[in-house]
Amino acid sequence: MPNVPLPSDPRRRARRRRDITLALAFLAPSLLVFAVFVFFPLGQAVFLATRGSDLFGRPTVSVGFGNFAKLLTPEFGGVLLLTLGYVVLVVVPSIVLPLALAVPMAQRLPGMRLFRTAFALPFAYSVAAASVVFSLLYNPGTSVLNWVLESLGGQGRAWLTDPSLALVSVALVTVWMNTGFNLLVLSAALAGRDEEVLEAAVLDGARGPSMLFRITIPLITPSLFFLVVVTTLNALQSFGQIFILTRGGPNGATGVLVYSIYDTAFANNASDFGLASAQGLVLLLVGLALAAIQFGIIERRVHYQ
Amino acid sequence: MSAALRPSRTTAVLTYVLLAVAAAVLLFPVVFTLVGSFLPKSELVSYPPRLTSGAWTTANYEGVVHSVPLLRQYLNSLLVSGLIMVGHLVTATLSAYAFVFLRVPGRRPLFWLFLSTMMIPWEAIVIPNYLLVVSLGLASSYPALVLPFLANGFGTFLMRQAFLRFPSQLRDAATIDGCGHLRFLLTILVPMSKPVLAALAVWAFLSGWNQFLWPLLVSNSSPELYTLQIGINYLRAVDTNQPGQVLAGITLALVPTLLLVLVGQRWLVRGFTAGAVK
Repeated sequence: MPNVPLPSDPRRRARRRRDITLALAFLAPSLLVFAVFVFFPLGQAVFLATRGSDLFGRPTVSVGFGNFAKLLTPEFGGVLLLTLGYVVLVVVPSIVLPLALAVPMAQRLPGMRLFRTAFALPFAYSVAAASVVFSLLYNPGTSVLNWVLESLGGQGRAWLTDPSLALVSVALVTVWMNTGFNLLVLSAALAGRDEEVLEAAVLDGARGPSMLFRITIPLITPSLFFLVVVTTLNALQSFGQIFILTRGGPNGATGVLVYSIYDTAFANNASDFGLASAQGLVLLLVGLALAAIQFGIIERRVHYQ
Repeated sequence: MSAALRPSRTTAVLTYVLLAVAAAVLLFPVVFTLVGSFLPKSELVSYPPRLTSGAWTTANYEGVVHSVPLLRQYLNSLLVSGLIMVGHLVTATLSAYAFVFLRVPGRRPLFWLFLSTMMIPWEAIVIPNYLLVVSLGLASSYPALVLPFLANGFGTFLMRQAFLRFPSQLRDAATIDGCGHLRFLLTILVPMSKPVLAALAVWAFLSGWNQFLWPLLVSNSSPELYTLQIGINYLRAVDTNQPGQVLAGITLALVPTLLLVLVGQRWLVRGFTAGAVK
Protein backbone atom coordinates (compact mmCIF):
# COMPACT_ATOMS: atom_id res chain seq x y z
CA MET A 1 0.00 0.00 0.00
CA PRO A 2 2.33 2.72 -1.17
CA ASN A 3 -0.19 5.58 -0.87
CA VAL A 4 -0.98 5.14 2.80
CA PRO A 5 1.71 6.73 4.95
CA LEU A 6 3.03 4.42 7.61
CA PRO A 7 2.64 5.46 11.23
CA SER A 8 6.39 5.90 11.41
CA ASP A 9 6.37 8.47 8.59
CA PRO A 10 8.32 11.35 10.24
CA ARG A 11 6.33 14.12 8.54
CA ARG A 12 3.08 12.62 9.65
CA ARG A 13 4.39 12.17 13.15
CA ALA A 14 5.53 15.77 13.29
CA ARG A 15 2.11 16.98 12.13
CA ARG A 16 0.42 14.79 14.66
CA ARG A 17 2.58 16.23 17.45
CA ARG A 18 1.78 19.76 16.26
CA ASP A 19 -1.93 18.90 16.28
CA ILE A 20 -1.77 17.63 19.84
CA THR A 21 0.18 20.68 21.01
CA LEU A 22 -2.37 22.96 19.35
CA ALA A 23 -5.25 20.99 20.87
CA LEU A 24 -3.75 21.33 24.35
CA ALA A 25 -3.19 25.05 23.79
CA PHE A 26 -6.83 25.44 22.71
CA LEU A 27 -8.16 23.46 25.68
CA ALA A 28 -5.84 25.04 28.24
CA PRO A 29 -7.83 28.27 28.95
CA SER A 30 -11.04 26.37 29.69
CA LEU A 31 -9.25 23.67 31.67
CA LEU A 32 -7.47 26.29 33.75
CA VAL A 33 -10.75 28.03 34.66
CA PHE A 34 -12.42 24.70 35.47
CA ALA A 35 -9.47 23.51 37.55
CA VAL A 36 -9.24 26.68 39.64
CA PHE A 37 -12.91 27.64 39.99
CA VAL A 38 -14.80 24.35 39.68
CA PHE A 39 -12.79 21.25 40.55
CA PHE A 40 -10.47 22.69 43.21
CA PRO A 41 -13.43 24.33 45.04
CA LEU A 42 -15.35 21.07 44.74
CA GLY A 43 -12.54 19.21 46.48
CA GLN A 44 -12.30 22.08 48.93
CA ALA A 45 -16.04 21.76 49.65
CA VAL A 46 -15.54 18.12 50.60
CA PHE A 47 -12.57 19.08 52.81
CA LEU A 48 -14.41 22.00 54.44
CA ALA A 49 -17.47 19.84 55.04
CA THR A 50 -15.40 17.73 57.43
CA ARG A 51 -14.14 20.74 59.40
CA GLY A 52 -15.49 22.58 62.36
CA SER A 53 -15.34 26.36 62.46
CA ASP A 54 -14.14 29.07 64.81
CA LEU A 55 -16.04 32.18 65.86
CA PHE A 56 -15.49 33.78 62.46
CA GLY A 57 -16.62 30.74 60.49
CA ARG A 58 -13.09 29.77 59.50
CA PRO A 59 -12.32 26.07 59.24
CA THR A 60 -10.61 24.44 62.23
CA VAL A 61 -10.09 20.83 63.24
CA SER A 62 -11.61 17.81 61.55
CA VAL A 63 -15.07 16.90 62.78
CA GLY A 64 -15.35 13.85 60.50
CA PHE A 65 -18.93 13.48 59.40
CA GLY A 66 -20.14 15.79 62.15
CA ASN A 67 -21.45 18.41 59.73
CA PHE A 68 -23.37 15.82 57.76
CA ALA A 69 -24.78 14.45 61.02
CA LYS A 70 -26.02 17.99 61.74
CA LEU A 71 -27.90 17.81 58.46
CA LEU A 72 -29.74 14.64 59.53
CA THR A 73 -32.15 16.70 61.61
CA PRO A 74 -35.83 17.50 61.19
CA GLU A 75 -34.85 21.15 60.59
CA PHE A 76 -32.68 20.40 57.57
CA GLY A 77 -35.20 17.79 56.37
CA GLY A 78 -37.69 20.63 56.48
CA VAL A 79 -35.37 22.79 54.35
CA LEU A 80 -35.15 20.01 51.75
CA LEU A 81 -38.92 19.49 51.68
CA LEU A 82 -39.44 23.23 51.37
CA THR A 83 -36.95 23.32 48.48
CA LEU A 84 -38.71 20.49 46.65
CA GLY A 85 -42.08 22.15 47.23
CA TYR A 86 -40.72 25.41 45.87
CA VAL A 87 -39.27 23.66 42.80
CA VAL A 88 -42.68 22.10 42.06
CA LEU A 89 -44.45 25.44 42.63
CA VAL A 90 -42.10 27.01 40.09
CA VAL A 91 -41.65 24.30 37.46
CA VAL A 92 -45.25 23.20 36.86
CA PRO A 93 -46.68 26.66 36.11
CA SER A 94 -43.47 27.67 34.29
CA ILE A 95 -44.21 24.93 31.74
CA VAL A 96 -48.03 24.89 31.71
CA LEU A 97 -48.58 28.65 31.42
CA PRO A 98 -46.23 29.23 28.45
CA LEU A 99 -47.65 26.11 26.78
CA ALA A 100 -51.21 27.41 27.26
CA LEU A 101 -50.14 30.62 25.50
CA ALA A 102 -47.83 29.14 22.86
CA VAL A 103 -50.42 26.71 21.47
CA PRO A 104 -53.06 29.35 20.57
CA MET A 105 -50.26 31.67 19.41
CA ALA A 106 -49.05 29.03 16.95
CA GLN A 107 -52.22 29.49 14.88
CA ARG A 108 -51.93 31.41 11.62
CA LEU A 109 -53.56 34.61 12.82
CA PRO A 110 -52.48 38.22 12.32
CA GLY A 111 -50.79 39.94 15.25
CA MET A 112 -49.23 36.83 16.82
CA ARG A 113 -45.70 38.20 16.42
CA LEU A 114 -46.66 41.25 18.42
CA PHE A 115 -47.94 39.03 21.25
CA ARG A 116 -44.78 36.93 21.12
CA THR A 117 -42.59 40.02 21.52
CA ALA A 118 -44.80 41.39 24.30
CA PHE A 119 -44.71 38.14 26.27
CA ALA A 120 -40.90 38.01 25.94
CA LEU A 121 -40.48 41.32 27.81
CA PRO A 122 -40.30 39.84 31.36
CA PHE A 123 -37.24 37.92 30.15
CA ALA A 124 -35.37 41.25 30.22
CA TYR A 125 -35.78 41.48 34.02
CA SER A 126 -32.90 40.31 36.17
CA VAL A 127 -33.68 38.54 39.42
CA ALA A 128 -32.92 41.75 41.30
CA ALA A 129 -35.10 43.94 39.05
CA ALA A 130 -38.06 41.54 39.11
CA SER A 131 -37.83 40.99 42.88
CA VAL A 132 -37.66 44.69 43.69
CA VAL A 133 -40.63 45.48 41.39
CA PHE A 134 -42.66 42.69 43.00
CA SER A 135 -41.62 43.84 46.48
CA LEU A 136 -43.38 47.12 45.64
CA LEU A 137 -46.39 45.31 44.17
CA TYR A 138 -46.61 43.13 47.30
CA ASN A 139 -45.92 46.00 49.75
CA PRO A 140 -48.74 45.83 52.32
CA GLY A 141 -49.09 49.61 52.69
CA THR A 142 -49.45 50.46 49.03
CA SER A 143 -50.02 47.06 47.42
CA VAL A 144 -51.17 47.64 43.87
CA LEU A 145 -51.84 43.92 43.68
CA ASN A 146 -54.25 44.04 46.63
CA TRP A 147 -55.93 47.08 45.18
CA VAL A 148 -56.53 45.24 41.90
CA LEU A 149 -57.81 42.17 43.77
CA GLU A 150 -60.15 44.28 45.89
CA SER A 151 -61.46 46.16 42.86
CA LEU A 152 -62.27 42.79 41.30
CA GLY A 153 -64.20 41.79 44.43
CA GLY A 154 -61.43 39.71 45.99
CA GLN A 155 -59.50 40.19 49.21
CA GLY A 156 -56.12 41.72 49.81
CA ARG A 157 -53.43 39.49 51.24
CA ALA A 158 -50.23 39.71 53.26
CA TRP A 159 -48.18 38.32 50.39
CA LEU A 160 -44.79 38.14 52.05
CA THR A 161 -45.62 38.06 55.76
CA ASP A 162 -48.22 35.29 55.77
CA PRO A 163 -46.16 32.09 56.34
CA SER A 164 -48.58 29.99 54.31
CA LEU A 165 -48.41 32.37 51.33
CA ALA A 166 -44.81 33.64 51.25
CA LEU A 167 -43.35 30.67 49.35
CA VAL A 168 -46.10 30.96 46.73
CA SER A 169 -45.43 34.69 46.39
CA VAL A 170 -41.70 34.07 45.82
CA ALA A 171 -42.47 31.26 43.36
CA LEU A 172 -44.84 33.61 41.50
CA VAL A 173 -41.99 36.03 40.80
CA THR A 174 -39.84 33.17 39.50
CA VAL A 175 -42.64 31.86 37.27
CA TRP A 176 -43.18 35.36 35.89
CA MET A 177 -39.47 35.61 35.02
CA ASN A 178 -39.43 32.13 33.41
CA THR A 179 -42.48 32.69 31.22
CA GLY A 180 -40.75 34.84 28.60
CA PHE A 181 -37.91 32.48 27.71
CA ASN A 182 -39.98 29.30 27.99
CA LEU A 183 -42.61 30.79 25.71
CA LEU A 184 -39.96 31.66 23.11
CA VAL A 185 -38.62 28.11 23.12
CA LEU A 186 -42.08 26.52 22.91
CA SER A 187 -43.15 28.87 20.11
CA ALA A 188 -40.07 27.91 18.11
CA ALA A 189 -40.82 24.22 18.72
CA LEU A 190 -44.46 24.59 17.66
CA ALA A 191 -43.44 26.47 14.51
CA GLY A 192 -41.20 23.53 13.66
CA ARG A 193 -44.05 20.97 13.61
CA ASP A 194 -44.58 19.09 10.39
CA GLU A 195 -47.70 20.54 8.72
CA GLU A 196 -48.49 17.32 6.92
CA VAL A 197 -48.77 15.49 10.23
CA LEU A 198 -51.11 18.18 11.55
CA GLU A 199 -53.28 18.11 8.43
CA ALA A 200 -53.51 14.34 8.50
CA ALA A 201 -54.56 14.50 12.17
CA VAL A 202 -57.26 17.09 11.42
CA LEU A 203 -58.58 15.02 8.52
CA ASP A 204 -58.67 12.00 10.83
CA GLY A 205 -60.94 14.00 13.12
CA ALA A 206 -58.48 15.15 15.80
CA ARG A 207 -59.94 18.21 17.54
CA GLY A 208 -59.26 20.31 20.65
CA PRO A 209 -57.89 18.25 23.52
CA SER A 210 -57.13 15.13 21.48
CA MET A 211 -55.18 17.24 19.00
CA LEU A 212 -53.29 18.86 21.89
CA PHE A 213 -52.47 15.74 23.93
CA ARG A 214 -52.05 13.16 21.16
CA ILE A 215 -50.42 15.19 18.40
CA THR A 216 -49.03 18.57 19.48
CA ILE A 217 -47.43 17.68 22.82
CA PRO A 218 -45.80 14.46 21.57
CA LEU A 219 -44.34 16.44 18.64
CA ILE A 220 -42.64 18.98 20.91
CA THR A 221 -41.45 16.66 23.71
CA PRO A 222 -37.74 17.37 23.08
CA SER A 223 -38.28 21.08 23.78
CA LEU A 224 -40.55 20.35 26.74
CA PHE A 225 -37.92 18.03 28.18
CA PHE A 226 -35.19 20.64 27.69
CA LEU A 227 -37.33 23.23 29.49
CA VAL A 228 -38.26 20.93 32.38
CA VAL A 229 -34.57 20.21 33.06
CA VAL A 230 -33.42 23.84 32.70
CA THR A 231 -36.33 25.25 34.73
CA THR A 232 -35.87 22.68 37.52
CA LEU A 233 -32.15 23.38 37.91
CA ASN A 234 -32.79 27.14 37.82
CA ALA A 235 -35.51 26.89 40.46
CA LEU A 236 -33.21 24.80 42.65
CA GLN A 237 -30.60 27.60 42.47
CA SER A 238 -32.98 30.48 43.32
CA PHE A 239 -31.40 32.95 45.68
CA GLY A 240 -31.88 36.61 44.71
CA GLN A 241 -35.67 36.61 44.92
CA ILE A 242 -35.56 35.13 48.44
CA PHE A 243 -32.75 37.41 49.60
CA ILE A 244 -34.59 40.50 48.37
CA LEU A 245 -38.21 39.59 49.16
CA THR A 246 -38.21 37.60 52.40
CA ARG A 247 -34.69 36.81 53.70
CA GLY A 248 -35.92 33.27 54.22
CA GLY A 249 -38.81 34.39 56.42
CA PRO A 250 -41.39 34.65 57.78
CA ASN A 251 -40.17 32.16 60.35
CA GLY A 252 -38.18 30.11 57.82
CA ALA A 253 -41.16 29.72 55.47
CA THR A 254 -39.02 30.56 52.40
CA GLY A 255 -35.63 29.30 53.62
CA VAL A 256 -34.83 27.05 50.65
CA LEU A 257 -31.51 25.22 50.28
CA VAL A 258 -29.40 27.92 48.58
CA TYR A 259 -30.63 30.57 50.98
CA SER A 260 -29.78 28.21 53.84
CA ILE A 261 -26.22 27.84 52.47
CA TYR A 262 -25.84 31.62 52.38
CA ASP A 263 -27.37 32.04 55.81
CA THR A 264 -25.21 29.34 57.38
CA ALA A 265 -22.02 30.80 55.89
CA PHE A 266 -22.65 34.50 56.38
CA ALA A 267 -25.23 34.92 59.14
CA ASN A 268 -23.95 37.59 61.51
CA ASN A 269 -23.84 35.59 64.70
CA ALA A 270 -23.30 31.96 63.66
CA SER A 271 -21.07 31.87 60.57
CA ASP A 272 -20.13 28.28 59.75
CA PHE A 273 -18.34 27.60 56.46
CA GLY A 274 -17.99 23.87 57.19
CA LEU A 275 -21.71 23.30 57.65
CA ALA A 276 -22.47 25.55 54.66
CA SER A 277 -20.09 23.50 52.47
CA ALA A 278 -21.83 20.29 53.56
CA GLN A 279 -25.14 21.87 52.52
CA GLY A 280 -23.55 22.81 49.18
CA LEU A 281 -22.68 19.16 48.60
CA VAL A 282 -26.29 18.25 49.38
CA LEU A 283 -27.37 20.79 46.75
CA LEU A 284 -25.03 19.12 44.26
CA LEU A 285 -26.52 15.69 45.05
CA VAL A 286 -30.11 16.95 44.86
CA GLY A 287 -29.38 18.56 41.49
CA LEU A 288 -27.77 15.38 40.15
CA ALA A 289 -30.62 13.24 41.49
CA LEU A 290 -33.33 15.45 39.96
CA ALA A 291 -31.51 15.51 36.61
CA ALA A 292 -31.03 11.72 36.72
CA ILE A 293 -34.71 11.13 37.53
CA GLN A 294 -35.76 13.40 34.70
CA PHE A 295 -33.40 11.79 32.21
CA GLY A 296 -34.51 8.34 33.36
CA ILE A 297 -38.26 8.87 33.36
CA ILE A 298 -38.91 11.58 30.83
CA GLU A 299 -36.25 10.77 28.26
CA ARG A 300 -37.89 7.39 27.70
CA ARG A 301 -41.12 9.14 26.77
CA VAL A 302 -39.54 11.84 24.62
CA HIS A 303 -40.32 11.55 20.96
CA TYR A 304 -37.40 12.60 18.75
CA GLN A 305 -38.32 13.09 15.11
CA MET B 1 -51.34 26.00 3.83
CA SER B 2 -54.51 24.00 3.69
CA ALA B 3 -57.91 25.16 4.84
CA ALA B 4 -58.01 22.38 7.44
CA LEU B 5 -55.49 24.20 9.68
CA ARG B 6 -57.06 27.64 9.40
CA PRO B 7 -58.76 28.59 12.69
CA SER B 8 -62.49 29.27 12.59
CA ARG B 9 -63.86 32.73 13.36
CA THR B 10 -64.95 31.67 16.87
CA THR B 11 -61.53 30.16 17.59
CA ALA B 12 -59.84 33.35 16.41
CA VAL B 13 -62.00 35.56 18.68
CA LEU B 14 -61.39 33.27 21.68
CA THR B 15 -57.65 33.31 20.94
CA TYR B 16 -57.48 37.10 20.91
CA VAL B 17 -59.51 37.37 24.13
CA LEU B 18 -57.29 34.83 25.92
CA LEU B 19 -54.06 36.45 24.75
CA ALA B 20 -55.27 39.95 25.59
CA VAL B 21 -56.17 38.90 29.15
CA ALA B 22 -52.84 37.08 29.54
CA ALA B 23 -50.95 40.12 28.24
CA ALA B 24 -52.78 42.41 30.69
CA VAL B 25 -51.76 40.17 33.61
CA LEU B 26 -48.20 39.30 32.53
CA LEU B 27 -47.24 42.77 31.40
CA PHE B 28 -48.69 44.51 34.44
CA PRO B 29 -45.33 44.52 36.31
CA VAL B 30 -43.65 45.96 33.19
CA VAL B 31 -46.23 48.73 32.84
CA PHE B 32 -46.01 49.37 36.58
CA THR B 33 -42.21 49.76 36.33
CA LEU B 34 -42.42 52.26 33.48
CA VAL B 35 -45.44 54.25 34.67
CA GLY B 36 -44.28 54.29 38.29
CA SER B 37 -40.88 55.64 37.34
CA PHE B 38 -42.58 58.82 36.06
CA LEU B 39 -44.97 59.30 38.99
CA PRO B 40 -44.40 61.59 41.98
CA LYS B 41 -44.13 59.90 45.37
CA SER B 42 -47.54 61.22 46.48
CA GLU B 43 -49.29 59.25 43.74
CA LEU B 44 -47.32 56.03 44.28
CA VAL B 45 -47.56 55.67 48.06
CA SER B 46 -51.26 56.46 48.31
CA TYR B 47 -53.81 53.71 48.67
CA PRO B 48 -55.46 53.06 46.30
CA PRO B 49 -52.46 53.98 44.15
CA ARG B 50 -53.15 56.74 41.61
CA LEU B 51 -51.35 55.33 38.59
CA THR B 52 -53.38 57.28 36.06
CA SER B 53 -53.64 60.72 37.64
CA GLY B 54 -51.61 62.27 34.84
CA ALA B 55 -49.18 63.97 37.22
CA TRP B 56 -46.06 63.00 35.27
CA THR B 57 -42.60 63.98 36.41
CA THR B 58 -38.98 63.19 35.58
CA ALA B 59 -37.87 64.02 39.12
CA ASN B 60 -37.35 60.31 39.90
CA TYR B 61 -34.72 60.01 37.19
CA GLU B 62 -32.93 63.16 38.31
CA GLY B 63 -33.12 61.94 41.90
CA VAL B 64 -31.79 58.45 41.28
CA VAL B 65 -28.89 59.65 39.14
CA HIS B 66 -27.84 62.06 41.89
CA SER B 67 -28.47 59.91 44.96
CA VAL B 68 -26.61 56.75 43.91
CA PRO B 69 -23.52 56.16 41.74
CA LEU B 70 -25.74 54.65 39.07
CA LEU B 71 -23.33 55.46 36.25
CA ARG B 72 -20.48 53.71 38.04
CA GLN B 73 -22.66 50.64 38.63
CA TYR B 74 -23.75 50.72 35.00
CA LEU B 75 -20.14 50.75 33.80
CA ASN B 76 -19.26 47.96 36.27
CA SER B 77 -22.08 45.79 34.94
CA LEU B 78 -21.19 46.49 31.30
CA LEU B 79 -17.51 45.78 31.94
CA VAL B 80 -18.09 42.57 33.89
CA SER B 81 -20.76 41.17 31.52
CA GLY B 82 -18.76 42.23 28.46
CA LEU B 83 -15.62 40.46 29.67
CA ILE B 84 -17.62 37.36 30.61
CA MET B 85 -19.17 37.38 27.12
CA VAL B 86 -15.80 37.70 25.35
CA GLY B 87 -14.32 35.02 27.62
CA HIS B 88 -17.17 32.61 26.82
CA LEU B 89 -16.83 33.19 23.07
CA VAL B 90 -13.05 32.71 23.02
CA THR B 91 -12.72 29.72 25.36
CA ALA B 92 -15.76 27.91 23.96
CA THR B 93 -14.68 28.39 20.33
CA LEU B 94 -11.12 27.20 21.02
CA SER B 95 -12.07 24.16 23.07
CA ALA B 96 -14.89 23.13 20.72
CA TYR B 97 -12.45 23.42 17.81
CA ALA B 98 -10.02 21.11 19.58
CA PHE B 99 -12.77 18.56 20.25
CA VAL B 100 -14.07 18.55 16.67
CA PHE B 101 -11.11 19.25 14.38
CA LEU B 102 -8.00 18.20 16.32
CA ARG B 103 -6.65 14.93 17.62
CA VAL B 104 -6.95 15.13 21.37
CA PRO B 105 -5.59 12.25 23.41
CA GLY B 106 -8.42 11.10 25.69
CA ARG B 107 -10.99 13.16 23.81
CA ARG B 108 -14.01 11.38 25.26
CA PRO B 109 -13.16 11.60 28.97
CA LEU B 110 -12.03 15.20 28.46
CA PHE B 111 -15.35 16.10 26.85
CA TRP B 112 -17.22 14.43 29.71
CA LEU B 113 -15.12 16.50 32.10
CA PHE B 114 -16.31 19.64 30.30
CA LEU B 115 -19.93 18.45 30.41
CA SER B 116 -19.64 17.56 34.11
CA THR B 117 -19.03 21.24 34.92
CA MET B 118 -22.60 21.88 33.70
CA MET B 119 -23.94 19.51 36.36
CA ILE B 120 -22.29 21.34 39.27
CA PRO B 121 -24.50 24.20 40.47
CA TRP B 122 -22.40 27.30 41.14
CA GLU B 123 -24.18 27.73 44.48
CA ALA B 124 -22.89 24.30 45.59
CA ILE B 125 -19.28 25.51 45.39
CA VAL B 126 -19.83 29.18 46.10
CA ILE B 127 -18.47 28.98 49.68
CA PRO B 128 -15.08 27.40 48.79
CA ASN B 129 -14.86 29.78 45.81
CA TYR B 130 -15.43 32.74 48.08
CA LEU B 131 -12.75 31.50 50.49
CA LEU B 132 -10.40 30.89 47.54
CA VAL B 133 -10.86 34.40 46.19
CA VAL B 134 -10.31 35.84 49.67
CA SER B 135 -7.13 33.80 50.21
CA LEU B 136 -5.81 34.89 46.79
CA GLY B 137 -6.27 38.49 47.91
CA LEU B 138 -8.81 39.03 45.14
CA ALA B 139 -11.86 39.79 47.27
CA SER B 140 -13.39 43.16 46.29
CA SER B 141 -11.71 43.20 42.89
CA TYR B 142 -12.80 43.07 39.27
CA PRO B 143 -10.88 39.82 38.58
CA ALA B 144 -12.98 38.10 41.25
CA LEU B 145 -16.18 39.16 39.46
CA VAL B 146 -14.97 37.93 36.07
CA LEU B 147 -12.36 35.14 36.27
CA PRO B 148 -14.60 32.24 37.42
CA PHE B 149 -16.94 32.80 34.47
CA LEU B 150 -14.50 33.01 31.57
CA ALA B 151 -15.16 29.41 30.55
CA ASN B 152 -18.28 27.32 30.62
CA GLY B 153 -19.15 23.73 29.76
CA PHE B 154 -22.43 24.72 28.12
CA GLY B 155 -20.67 27.16 25.78
CA THR B 156 -18.25 24.47 24.63
CA PHE B 157 -21.15 22.04 24.16
CA LEU B 158 -23.10 24.57 22.08
CA MET B 159 -20.13 25.42 19.84
CA ARG B 160 -19.19 21.76 19.43
CA GLN B 161 -22.71 20.93 18.22
CA ALA B 162 -22.43 23.74 15.65
CA PHE B 163 -18.94 22.68 14.48
CA LEU B 164 -20.07 19.05 14.10
CA ARG B 165 -22.64 20.25 11.55
CA PHE B 166 -19.91 21.98 9.51
CA PRO B 167 -19.77 20.31 6.06
CA SER B 168 -16.71 18.04 5.95
CA GLN B 169 -16.20 18.63 2.18
CA LEU B 170 -15.55 22.30 2.92
CA ARG B 171 -13.04 21.38 5.61
CA ASP B 172 -11.29 18.95 3.25
CA ALA B 173 -11.21 21.52 0.46
CA ALA B 174 -9.61 24.05 2.82
CA THR B 175 -7.00 21.50 3.93
CA ILE B 176 -6.10 20.61 0.33
CA ASP B 177 -5.66 24.32 -0.40
CA GLY B 178 -3.06 24.37 2.35
CA CYS B 179 -5.23 26.17 4.86
CA GLY B 180 -3.81 25.60 8.35
CA HIS B 181 -5.84 25.27 11.53
CA LEU B 182 -5.62 28.87 12.66
CA ARG B 183 -6.51 30.30 9.27
CA PHE B 184 -9.37 27.82 8.82
CA LEU B 185 -10.71 28.71 12.28
CA LEU B 186 -10.47 32.48 11.87
CA THR B 187 -11.34 33.02 8.21
CA ILE B 188 -13.83 30.22 7.48
CA LEU B 189 -15.27 28.59 10.60
CA VAL B 190 -15.90 31.64 12.79
CA PRO B 191 -17.57 33.72 10.04
CA MET B 192 -19.76 30.74 9.17
CA SER B 193 -20.75 30.17 12.80
CA LYS B 194 -22.10 33.67 13.41
CA PRO B 195 -25.65 32.57 14.39
CA VAL B 196 -24.53 30.25 17.17
CA LEU B 197 -21.82 32.70 18.30
CA ALA B 198 -24.53 35.38 18.52
CA ALA B 199 -26.71 33.07 20.61
CA LEU B 200 -23.80 32.28 22.94
CA ALA B 201 -22.90 35.99 23.17
CA VAL B 202 -26.45 36.98 24.17
CA TRP B 203 -26.69 34.13 26.65
CA ALA B 204 -23.29 34.83 28.24
CA PHE B 205 -23.93 38.57 28.48
CA LEU B 206 -27.33 38.02 30.12
CA SER B 207 -25.98 35.44 32.56
CA GLY B 208 -23.20 37.85 33.58
CA TRP B 209 -25.55 40.83 33.73
CA ASN B 210 -28.09 39.01 35.93
CA GLN B 211 -25.69 37.57 38.50
CA PHE B 212 -26.63 38.34 42.06
CA LEU B 213 -25.20 36.04 44.76
CA TRP B 214 -21.55 36.15 43.62
CA PRO B 215 -21.24 39.95 43.22
CA LEU B 216 -23.12 40.33 46.50
CA LEU B 217 -20.44 38.27 48.29
CA VAL B 218 -17.40 39.56 46.43
CA SER B 219 -18.21 43.28 46.46
CA ASN B 220 -19.70 43.17 49.92
CA SER B 221 -17.49 45.81 51.52
CA SER B 222 -16.63 47.89 48.45
CA PRO B 223 -19.54 49.86 46.98
CA GLU B 224 -17.35 51.07 44.10
CA LEU B 225 -17.51 47.49 42.76
CA TYR B 226 -21.31 47.18 42.94
CA THR B 227 -22.92 45.96 39.77
CA LEU B 228 -26.36 47.30 38.83
CA GLN B 229 -28.08 44.26 40.34
CA ILE B 230 -26.51 44.88 43.74
CA GLY B 231 -27.14 48.60 43.30
CA ILE B 232 -30.85 48.01 42.65
CA ASN B 233 -31.14 46.03 45.86
CA TYR B 234 -29.37 48.70 47.91
CA LEU B 235 -31.42 51.40 46.24
CA ARG B 236 -34.54 49.68 47.52
CA ALA B 237 -33.08 49.11 50.98
CA VAL B 238 -31.95 52.74 51.34
CA ASP B 239 -34.82 54.51 49.58
CA THR B 240 -37.79 52.60 50.96
CA ASN B 241 -39.90 55.72 50.83
CA GLN B 242 -38.87 56.68 47.30
CA PRO B 243 -40.50 53.95 45.20
CA GLY B 244 -40.50 56.20 42.12
CA GLN B 245 -36.70 56.55 42.27
CA VAL B 246 -36.30 52.80 42.67
CA LEU B 247 -38.48 52.20 39.60
CA ALA B 248 -36.56 54.83 37.65
CA GLY B 249 -33.29 53.07 38.50
CA ILE B 250 -34.75 49.72 37.43
CA THR B 251 -36.03 51.20 34.16
CA LEU B 252 -32.55 52.52 33.35
CA ALA B 253 -31.02 49.16 34.27
CA LEU B 254 -33.50 47.40 31.96
CA VAL B 255 -32.43 49.28 28.81
CA PRO B 256 -29.60 46.96 27.67
CA THR B 257 -31.45 43.73 28.42
CA LEU B 258 -34.68 44.97 26.80
CA LEU B 259 -32.70 45.78 23.66
CA LEU B 260 -31.07 42.35 23.76
CA VAL B 261 -34.41 40.60 24.20
CA LEU B 262 -36.06 42.57 21.40
CA VAL B 263 -33.14 42.20 18.98
CA GLY B 264 -31.55 38.97 20.15
CA GLN B 265 -34.49 36.69 20.98
CA ARG B 266 -34.51 35.08 17.55
CA TRP B 267 -30.75 34.32 17.64
CA LEU B 268 -31.07 32.97 21.14
CA VAL B 269 -33.86 30.55 20.34
CA ARG B 270 -32.46 29.47 16.98
CA GLY B 271 -28.96 28.94 18.38
CA PHE B 272 -30.22 27.05 21.41
CA THR B 273 -32.86 24.86 19.90
CA ALA B 274 -30.44 23.79 17.17
CA GLY B 275 -27.76 22.87 19.68
CA ALA B 276 -29.50 21.72 22.80
CA VAL B 277 -32.70 20.02 21.76
CA LYS B 278 -31.73 17.78 18.92
